[in-house]
Amino acid sequence: MNAFTESSGRVTLWRTLLRSPSVMIGAAILLCVLFIGLAAPFLHTMSPDKINPSVRNKLPGYESTLRDDEGNKIQFVHLMGTDSLGRDIYSRVVFGARVSLLIGATVAVMSAFIGLILGLLAGYFRWLDAIVMRVMDGLMAIPAILLALSMVALLNAGLSTVILAIVITEIPRVVRLVRSVVLSVREEPYVEAAISVGTPTPVLLVRHILPNTIAPLIVQTTYIAAHAILVEAVLSFLGVGISPETPTWGNIMAEGRAMFVMLPHNIFFPGLFLAVTVLAVNLFGDGLRDLLDPRMRKRL
Amino acid sequence: MFRYISKRVFATVPVMAIVVVLVFLMLRLSAADPAAIIAGDNATTEEIQDIRVKLGLDQPVLVQFGVWLTKVSTGNLGESFFFKKQVSELILDRLEPTLSLALCTIILSVMIAVPLGVLAAYYTGTWIDRLVMGLAVLGFSIPVFVVGYLLMYVFSIELSWLPVQGYQRLSEGFWGWLQKLLLPCFALSAVYCALIARITRTSVQEVLGEDYIRTAHAKGLTNKIVLMRHALRNAAVPIVTVIGIGIALLIGGVVVTESVFSIPGLGRLTVDAVLARDFPTVQALVLLFSLTSVMVNLLIDLSYTLFDPRIRY
Amino acid sequence: MTDPTALQLPTHTAGIQQVPSNVTSVQPVLELQALDISLPRGSDRAHAVAQVSLTVNPGEIVCLVGESGSGKSAIAHTVMGLQAKALVPTAGKILLQGEDVLTMAPARLRQLRCTTMSMIFQEPMTALNPVFSCGEQIDEVLRTHTALTASERQQRVLDMIQQVGLPDPLRMLRSYPHQLSGGQRQRIMIAMALVLEPLLLIADEPTTALDVTTQAQILALIRTLQREHGTGVLFITHDFGVVAEIADRVAVLRQGELVEFGQKQQVLEYPEHPYTQMLIGAVPSMTPRVREASARGEVILRTERLVKTYPNSRTPAVNQVALELRRGETLGIVGESGSGKSTVARCVAKLITTTSGSIFQHGQDIAPLSNRQMRPLRKCVQIVFQDPYRSLNPRRTVGDSIIEGPMNYGATRQEAWKHASELMELVRLEPTMLQRFPHEFSGGQRQRICIARSLAMKPEILIADEAVSALDVSVQAQVLGLLDEVREQLNLAMLFITHDLRVAAQVCDRVAVMSKGEIVETGRTADIFLAPAHAYTQTLFAAAPGRDWLFEAGRARLKKKGDSYQAESVSPK
Repeated sequence: MNAFTESSGRVTLWRTLLRSPSVMIGAAILLCVLFIGLAAPFLHTMSPDKINPSVRNKLPGYESTLRDDEGNKIQFVHLMGTDSLGRDIYSRVVFGARVSLLIGATVAVMSAFIGLILGLLAGYFRWLDAIVMRVMDGLMAIPAILLALSMVALLNAGLSTVILAIVITEIPRVVRLVRSVVLSVREEPYVEAAISVGTPTPVLLVRHILPNTIAPLIVQTTYIAAHAILVEAVLSFLGVGISPETPTWGNIMAEGRAMFVMLPHNIFFPGLFLAVTVLAVNLFGDGLRDLLDPRMRKRL
Repeated sequence: MFRYISKRVFATVPVMAIVVVLVFLMLRLSAADPAAIIAGDNATTEEIQDIRVKLGLDQPVLVQFGVWLTKVSTGNLGESFFFKKQVSELILDRLEPTLSLALCTIILSVMIAVPLGVLAAYYTGTWIDRLVMGLAVLGFSIPVFVVGYLLMYVFSIELSWLPVQGYQRLSEGFWGWLQKLLLPCFALSAVYCALIARITRTSVQEVLGEDYIRTAHAKGLTNKIVLMRHALRNAAVPIVTVIGIGIALLIGGVVVTESVFSIPGLGRLTVDAVLARDFPTVQALVLLFSLTSVMVNLLIDLSYTLFDPRIRY
Repeated sequence: MTDPTALQLPTHTAGIQQVPSNVTSVQPVLELQALDISLPRGSDRAHAVAQVSLTVNPGEIVCLVGESGSGKSAIAHTVMGLQAKALVPTAGKILLQGEDVLTMAPARLRQLRCTTMSMIFQEPMTALNPVFSCGEQIDEVLRTHTALTASERQQRVLDMIQQVGLPDPLRMLRSYPHQLSGGQRQRIMIAMALVLEPLLLIADEPTTALDVTTQAQILALIRTLQREHGTGVLFITHDFGVVAEIADRVAVLRQGELVEFGQKQQVLEYPEHPYTQMLIGAVPSMTPRVREASARGEVILRTERLVKTYPNSRTPAVNQVALELRRGETLGIVGESGSGKSTVARCVAKLITTTSGSIFQHGQDIAPLSNRQMRPLRKCVQIVFQDPYRSLNPRRTVGDSIIEGPMNYGATRQEAWKHASELMELVRLEPTMLQRFPHEFSGGQRQRICIARSLAMKPEILIADEAVSALDVSVQAQVLGLLDEVREQLNLAMLFITHDLRVAAQVCDRVAVMSKGEIVETGRTADIFLAPAHAYTQTLFAAAPGRDWLFEAGRARLKKKGDSYQAESVSPK
């Protein structure tokens, strides 16, 4: 018995969600980050790719004099200092939230969707199972970072390539999860009963088997989102991700490597944001998993 | 048992085959033209074509695959575009640092995480459990390189207890080797520990709910003996499994950690090769890492026979 | 007279177990005084067990009987101190030889376990630790509680293994639980429990998960050992047949309350409390009813040389089975687990493919047909499954589940819903309940809904695959009654799969006995029950617990020598 099987739907679901501190904290932090990302231009930021060599490598709190669009002189405080090209790190970090969240969400949704279809088919049709699972096993054997590294390096770095690379590495785990659910549900008497009353196979899959996969899939999707954000950061950090004109937390840190000993804030500020965001997503996923079905713990 | 072993060994063959095909395809499908890269920026079209023929790139894909496969199985991993050395030489050179890092991390993680996970399971719902799980989520969430830099900042820069970067070969002295490995290992083990601790906790919790644990209590055994003797051996299989699955994670982490701490290992080599579009090297490294991952998982599968008599007989 | 290769079962002396005459002057081994065990807030009642007082004297077997949810297991576990955290003893005493279990120190309780009181559990398949050998597990009891040397312990263990009737003790010592059958594992559990000769043995439904023949052996074993060592036994069960077989005294529990407690013969023959009377009345009699074969309908279903071998095994699960089912009759397939009876049902319903052989439905061989070809023919055969808790999709309303079938074949939602309402009335449930979800219904109600779902397809053949095995005996009687009515009204043919001989006696016109995939005997129920011909059938009947007792008219009494086996004739209503 879990939140989704009770008949009075919505109200019960909300109340259950409110009961879990992990879910609430995670959701709260995520909403903050989302807000920061969306409202970036209005949060005391300047253009994130504006190079200004005269103010480079300054510590947090440094005040510089800028000219705004109308040519007037204004004082601007660099809350997180500047990087080696004089760009305001605070602005870059705030704008960086956009890319990270976008990648997290896109990768999660895409891999969940593709993985769901593959998993359903592999779980239900035995002949398909053998082929699909071998390919998935092979994909899983190649370490994700390496696969993403190779793909991104060889196909021209860019947002879509990064997304595609990470999606490919996340699909196998979704397929495995969905497949295991399908395999266990397939044996349930109510599925046999549906077959015996003549329910055609596609309807059977969607009506009786699919709903059982939704809850674990949602939880897994949150973990994928967290992992995707991390992987993107790593790729950018290593220099094979998104190029620095579009700031992401990863490439901000990449640029700050050289001056780390003197100016650790280059790495720590974006690192903090990154850690907190990923933590929030993981907390949310954990809370969701505990709520939805304690039995899921062994599969996830 | 023999049937089990042979079944597991044979099951890895198709997986390895797929890995090999995928690795090969990965590069052939790339947008870049290896011949052009070798030839350099100022080469003429004829020069590029020459190189293409020399490398055998004008042959049909299946032939190329066959050629590559035969070369690889005899140990000829090609010549690096960038370093102008045999790839196999490059790899052997950089093997030790990566191996040291990986092995030390695994040992460290298992030694820390498994007891923590068991504790968390035994004291489920108490502050101990919440603390361990809280730490685990943190370990999961903070990226390896951030942890690395944090540790570096605190222990090397501020406190100067440990060296900042670099690697010392074992042959040059044990203490130096250990010192330089300490920070990278801790950084890398954060995520590995988190994973193992979580799975250990879940596995032990599940076992503690089984009927035979109730029987053990009914025999008048103390809680400690029930946990250590009856529960742990049954929980071993999933724990060992996740150690194997984590190898893939570990390899990814190795790449990053070597980058952060400037360790001249295979991870760094991979990054450099990727940035330089050095196809033979990238190909060889991905292949090597993947096959290692498959082999480790096979060994883990085979180790089940030690834990579970149902497989042995 | 007896077949020398048949299982050797001890012959019974029909009669009350002789309770030692000096029992009243000796302190009872176990005494429950006004025991209260509460349930957590939000449960359907406040107490799992309320004000229960009973005693178990040395050397006697007290059977604690009740349906599911009666609290009998809660009592058993609380005596040992093994109750779930949610169950809290709030009042009363549990005196084990005068010492109160509820107030003693945990260390003392641990000391008493296996030395003074032991417990054996219901599921032998999961009660033993899979990674230790059987010998090690028995040895552990000795290691924990005694100071014997290793060789002394091994001697003791081997001795005990022999006492529980296991052959080749040295091999048993070294074998692992997964290498043993259910019955063998239960014997190892008994060995573990009795190796230190405790004064009290608590047996929590130890034979429920076992086959009938194995059950008889284990019951006999418990009784033999108990008599030898003078152990007091608290035997939890829901089966009155078992009570009749082994009890000295009987305690009846209902919703946590003790409603009757007395000598077996007294309680069985002259039950005082209406609940006890109801329970005994619900036990199906072993005496078959004979329905006059008035209108013997035509053969609707016939199988010929049916074989099914599962992909991973070498022996066929179903081997050369030939059946015939006529309209208006109920054919029972009786057998133990692994006999293949459920596989036959699934083959006939085309839920699994057959390896070879034919299944003639109205003369057409449906065995080779594919899923798509079967679609128009599926309406003819419908099946009701064993587990009412898993037979309905928990996310869909009950009404949706019932109308799914008819709508697959073109009925509109309104038509199907109207039909569903009529069916709900047929199965004696309110049509308004169609809007509810399965978890809002009890097990018996869910099974009725499943029957309604099958009938929605207007089938000609209804297969009941152990359809009442998971139900309490009182609910079982209702559902069986319903099935009978339905079959009568709609003139269906029914294929009734069961392992329970009593149920088969009451419900089936003809019976086919299966063993190891083959049919060993077929015939009219009355004929087979009166004079089983095949050795296996004889063994099966000999093993049925309480077969020496006559369950009828709401009471049970020993069959006397003069009792002629009168099969009652019931004319169709």
